[in-house]
Amino acid sequence: MSKRTVEIHWGKHHNEHVERLNKHLKTSAFYGHTLEEMVKATYNNGSPLVEFNDSSSVWSHDFFWESMQPNGGSMPKGGVLDQIKKDFGTFTNFKDEFTFAALSIFGPGWVWLYLKKNERKLAVAPTQNAISPLVWGDIPIIGLDMWEHAYYLDYKDDRSAYVNNFLDHLVSWHSVMVRMMRAEAFVNLGEPKIPVA
Amino acid sequence: MALRSVVSRKTLAPALRHYRSLTTFTLPDLPYDYGALEPAISGEIMRLHHQKHHQTYVTNYNKALEQLDAAVSKGDAKGVVQLQSALKFNGGGHVNHSIFWQNLKPVSEGGGEPPHGALGWAIDKDFGSLEALVKKINSEGAALQGSGWVWLALDKEQKILKVETTPNQDPLVTKGVSLVPLLGVDVWEHAYYLQYKNVRPDYLTNIWKVINWKYASEVYEKESA
Repeated sequence: MSKRTVEIHWGKHHNEHVERLNKHLKTSAFYGHTLEEMVKATYNNGSPLVEFNDSSSVWSHDFFWESMQPNGGSMPKGGVLDQIKKDFGTFTNFKDEFTFAALSIFGPGWVWLYLKKNERKLAVAPTQNAISPLVWGDIPIIGLDMWEHAYYLDYKDDRSAYVNNFLDHLVSWHSVMVRMMRAEAFVNLGEPKIPVA
Repeated sequence: MALRSVVSRKTLAPALRHYRSLTTFTLPDLPYDYGALEPAISGEIMRLHHQKHHQTYVTNYNKALEQLDAAVSKGDAKGVVQLQSALKFNGGGHVNHSIFWQNLKPVSEGGGEPPHGALGWAIDKDFGSLEALVKKINSEGAALQGSGWVWLALDKEQKILKVETTPNQDPLVTKGVSLVPLLGVDVWEHAYYLQYKNVRPDYLTNIWKVINWKYASEVYEKESA
């Protein structure tokens, strides 16, 4: 991901959402909510309120930058890798599903690796516009921006090169591990160890 | 001795088949060179927009049509309904871009020349002035979140001009069956990003220099007759 893209994506697009959100907050009834609470509340079960777009975009972009690291990519280790193998079969299957979902989006959107709270497993899903798994109550683990501004300067229309590069060189498995640790405070992923004696 | 001849005849003629030819689509040629709209829209954008984006819509629309044809023939109702979003997206993409290429014209061939005649008067009547119309289209185009199009439309039923927006590749007709597109401005990021980056308002300001009002007038006169 080029410096130019990050400068514009973070400095202009992301920043614009932050400024617009702050403007909303001057008069919004949701002032005082945490950002996550605000995203869920303003989604309003599918009839989004005016603050949804900017609050969700701010949250998702924060999440996106932190889903990446310099010299990222390669493979996760330990428990994270085990969980991925458990829920996708193989690590390659996960990458394939993630890529397929990313390329299936009609129009602007995002692709997520997220933890399904009720089913206690990891899954991949694409979303439209500014929607994230927060709105349906699940826990995002990786988020990749599939809006054209995220890749057009570097890849033009070649979305699959963008996604492959993200997975091979950018994705931060360290962030994933931290997020999974936090998620385990809310979701039991293993079987409980009941002592014998 | 009873002779019993069992006659079995294998029907050699194949079962009667109804062959329905499926009309598929091809990428229309641009009526001008890729670089002919510069500096308003760069040649690089025009080339990618036409050869990659529009071509992809055509290719995927044809694919969806083939799948639709198969599903219809089999009476697969679920399959038919499932294909609707692919048809709307890719078919809409083809329809919208085909109009868009006609909406643009090099300056040397009259691009940017304001509308005269019936359309000019209609614009003054319904918006006050051409400047007011351009301002409205630009503000709606800039405000559109995500991807979509902003249209100057003729409402055939109400006999007035309107400015409408549609999301993603939804064609104008999804906003009203009596709406006829006169001009469409693509505000998907691929339409301007390489040149204007995030500054969509600059793209909108500049595109008027190459807008083909002659085409819009022809459509207007034909549809309001």
